[in-house]
Parts: sequence; structure tokens; C-alpha cells
Amino acid sequence: MSGNAALGEAAILSGCSCYFGYPITPQNELTEYMAKRMGELGRVFIQSESEIAAINMVLGASVAGARAMTSSSSPGMSLKQEGISYLAADELPAVVVDMVRGGPGMGNISPAQSDYLQATRGGGHGDYKTIVLAPGSVQELTEVVPLAFDLADQYRNPVVILGDGMLGQMMEPVSFDNIKPPKEYPKDYTLTGAKGRPSRMVRSLLFDTKEEEEHNWKLVRKYQRMEQNEVRYETFLTDDAEMIVIAYGIGARIVKGAIKRLRQENMKVGMVRPITVWPFPAAILQELAKTVHDFFVFEMSAGQMIEDVRLALAGKGRIHFYGRPGGIIPTPVELYRIIGRHYYMAARRKEQ
Amino acid sequence: MTTNTIFSGFGGQGVLSMGFTLASAAMLEGRYVTYLPSYGVEVRGGTANCTVVVSDEEIASPVASEPEFVVAMNQPSFNRFQNILQSGGLMCVNASLVNASSVRSDIEVLSIPTSELAEQLGTIKVANMIMLGALIRASNIISFDAMIKNLAELLGEGKSKLIKLNREALERGFNYVKE
Repeated sequence: MSGNAALGEAAILSGCSCYFGYPITPQNELTEYMAKRMGELGRVFIQSESEIAAINMVLGASVAGARAMTSSSSPGMSLKQEGISYLAADELPAVVVDMVRGGPGMGNISPAQSDYLQATRGGGHGDYKTIVLAPGSVQELTEVVPLAFDLADQYRNPVVILGDGMLGQMMEPVSFDNIKPPKEYPKDYTLTGAKGRPSRMVRSLLFDTKEEEEHNWKLVRKYQRMEQNEVRYETFLTDDAEMIVIAYGIGARIVKGAIKRLRQENMKVGMVRPITVWPFPAAILQELAKTVHDFFVFEMSAGQMIEDVRLALAGKGRIHFYGRPGGIIPTPVELYRIIGRHYYMAARRKEQ
Repeated sequence: MTTNTIFSGFGGQGVLSMGFTLASAAMLEGRYVTYLPSYGVEVRGGTANCTVVVSDEEIASPVASEPEFVVAMNQPSFNRFQNILQSGGLMCVNASLVNASSVRSDIEVLSIPTSELAEQLGTIKVANMIMLGALIRASNIISFDAMIKNLAELLGEGKSKLIKLNREALERGFNYVKE
């Protein structure tokens, strides 16, 4: 099954009751899948007139208590940022999927990881954060999608699934057995008609600066809880590693192929793959920095996650970087050569 | 064992469906498999390719650096992909369209006149299945018998009328290599 289709089915099994989308490559198969399946199930599917309309439909559905989702790719995600900022301010749950493609501007339709900063730094205006999940395989999508809906409801905050064109397009065998029926969350904020109860209001317009500051601090406390409780990552051959590669999503898959080759030649390279890129798994890097000196960041961008790695290591160790922006997909052999060269240079430096 | 195969040719030659059929058949055998299409702005007549990785263990990268097998259905694909083939690898060439005289000396070449063989079956549309049959015979990536048995599932409901034709095409390619 293609990543896009698997994502759609996982959302349906997670209880997604409303999907709104506007076409853009390379995530069209998701919209196509939802168009077919949501109708069959009597749920809501709307192909909106624009990305901006889609995210605002999500806001409307969410405030009425629905599990709502929208999806897009890089240029479309830029358009959705205003709506995501409103969702965060209004404390409304929603799942937003971004199948990243080459940019900036219209860019191209090849897979890329160049929207890391947009996704992890909020992307829209105001002091807000979204949890950002970066799955690395089609099967992992089936774990990440129900998690995204649950985290959105639990924290009442938008959650971003950060994929890329390759994850959306590639096909792998996939099993949905791990998805449990959706949990119920208290919906004491939804607007469902005030019959028999006091009326409610959901708004982000707070003219009183004191009130706005209080609201902001409340959001910050929520983001701190996320940072404490929701960090997720995978480690690969880190126990004896002398160099740690940090890569996420499909980039991490290619790195894994490279590390297998490096290990055949006794180069002790391991990997940390953040599954949540926000909150970023900083603690494990600090822990590894006690014994490892060399860290290697690989991204399909000109270097964005490297900022988080620098912040996490706080001056410890040495950070190497290799990036391929613009929608280029490097091969495992290419990464094997580059990482291997840095590994040798690092070993020589140690000897001196 | 892990095998990487790249299928390449013109859009419309059934290049992606060749890869998809192989990937699905391998999945039904219980193997690990990834299928990665190139999904550029291609149209009919443009270039198309896909990478299929079949393995007995979890697959790290769905991108193949040095594939063991390349299927080239047209000349541009032959020129492009013969350079990345592993030394000792196998290049399956559509002899009906490709002049393979400029081939590297450290790889094997299997020439299949797919168009001519397909026309014997009455339609050039199954040229891709003839090539796939030949590849399976030459490579042993998956079991040919299991694939034929699962053909109904592989082609899907809408194509049940075409099972016989596709089976004949696969067998034609398979047996062509045998001879």
C-alpha cells in the first residue's frame, strides 16, 4: 500500500470523521483515498476551494467536536499556517499532514525535508507550538496517525505529521492490526448548541493584554508538559558507536542502509532517529555526548534540524553535516562514502 | 538475501506495473518488500522508472545505489541505468527497441524481443509481462509458480478477464529464457 493510502486508512481507523483537502502533489493519493472511503462510511469529505478554506473547515469541525484532518504539501502548508495558529490559540485539536516537497516557492514535486523549521517552530504567528511527528516507514504511519489524533485531543492542540513525497508515494506491505478503537476525550469546550447549559465561546481575540499574557503562559505550560512527556525517538546501533548520525523520516532510512555498509567495514556508526521532531529528543543526545565526540547530521535540506542538534548538544562534541536540498534523494552508497570520510577524519584527529 | 531491481522505460510501457506486480508477488510470498516509483511530471511517452527491493530481512533503504538487476525497456533507460548496475549485475534489455552494443563489459545482458513475442499473443500491451517473466526466470527473485498461482489477486478484480493473457505472457517470457 502506498504511504498516502495507508495514512488515509489509518486516519479512518483512528476515528477521523471529517477530512478537508485541496489537491497538491505528492499527497494527492491521500485526498483520493479519503474521497472514496469517507463517502462509503458516511463521514465528511470536502474538497475545498483552497488550502486556506480547508484548514478553516478543520477549525470549524474541530470546534464542533469532530476528529478533523487536512493534508497538503509545502506550498499548501504555507497557506495553512494562519489556520494552524488559530487552532493553537483556540486550543482545538486537529491533525495536519505535510508531505514535504522541494522548495522554496513552487519548488518541485520531489521529496524533501526543507520545511523542518516551519513545522517545528510553529510556522504561523504568535507564541505557539505544535507536536510534530516524523514517521520513517509506511508501517510507522499506522502508529503515528492514531497517536497524532490522541495527542491532539489530549492536549487540545494541532499535531503535524511531517512526511515527504517519498513516504507518500512509496509502497510497502502494511498491517493495521495495531490500531485500537479511538478513545473518548472530554468535550467540555465544544460548541454544540447551548440548550440546557450556559453558552460557551471559543475565540483567540483577547484585547485585554493581561488576559492575553495569561493565555500565553497557559499555552507555554502545556508545551512544557509536551516536552516532558511526548519525546519519541529510535536508536540504531548506538551502544558501541563512535559517531552518531542524526536523521529523521525517509532520510533516516537511507542512513540506515549506509550504516549497514559502514558496519561491514568495522566503522562504529550508530543513529538517533527523532520520531517527534518537536519536542526534539535532546536528552538522549546529551546522554550520548558523554561518551561520543562526533555527531553527523544528515537532512534532505541545506541544514535545518542541525539547529536543534546544536541546541541539544550545547557546545559538546563536534557536529558534522551533509545535506541535499532541492528534492534530491541521495543513495545509501553516497552517504556511506560521506559518513565514512568524516569517520576517518575524526579518527585521525583523535590519534593526533 | 536482498535484491534491488530498477524497472525503466517510456511511460505507457507498463514499467511501473511490472515493478508493482513483482513487489506484490513478493509480498504474497511473505518477503520484505519496498516499491518506490519515480513520480515526476512524466506523461505517456516520457521516462518512467521504479525501484523494487525484495529481502528476507527488514529493508533499510528503499533507494537502490547499485542494483543487481535493471530492466531497460527503451534506449534512454539503457544508457542511463547501465552505469549504476552492480558489477556482475544483469541488464534485461527490450531488444525490440534497444541497441545494446555499447554495453559495459562487466555485466550480463539478457535481450528479449518483447514486442515480437507480445505480438504473437495478439497484443503488444503484454510486452511488460513477457519481460517480467524473463526477469524472474533469470533472477530467481521470487517463485514463478507462486506468482502464477496468485495472478488473480495480483491483477485485481477488474482485470479477471485478462488473467489468461497475462499468464501466457509471463510464461512466454519465462520459457524464452529457458530455451
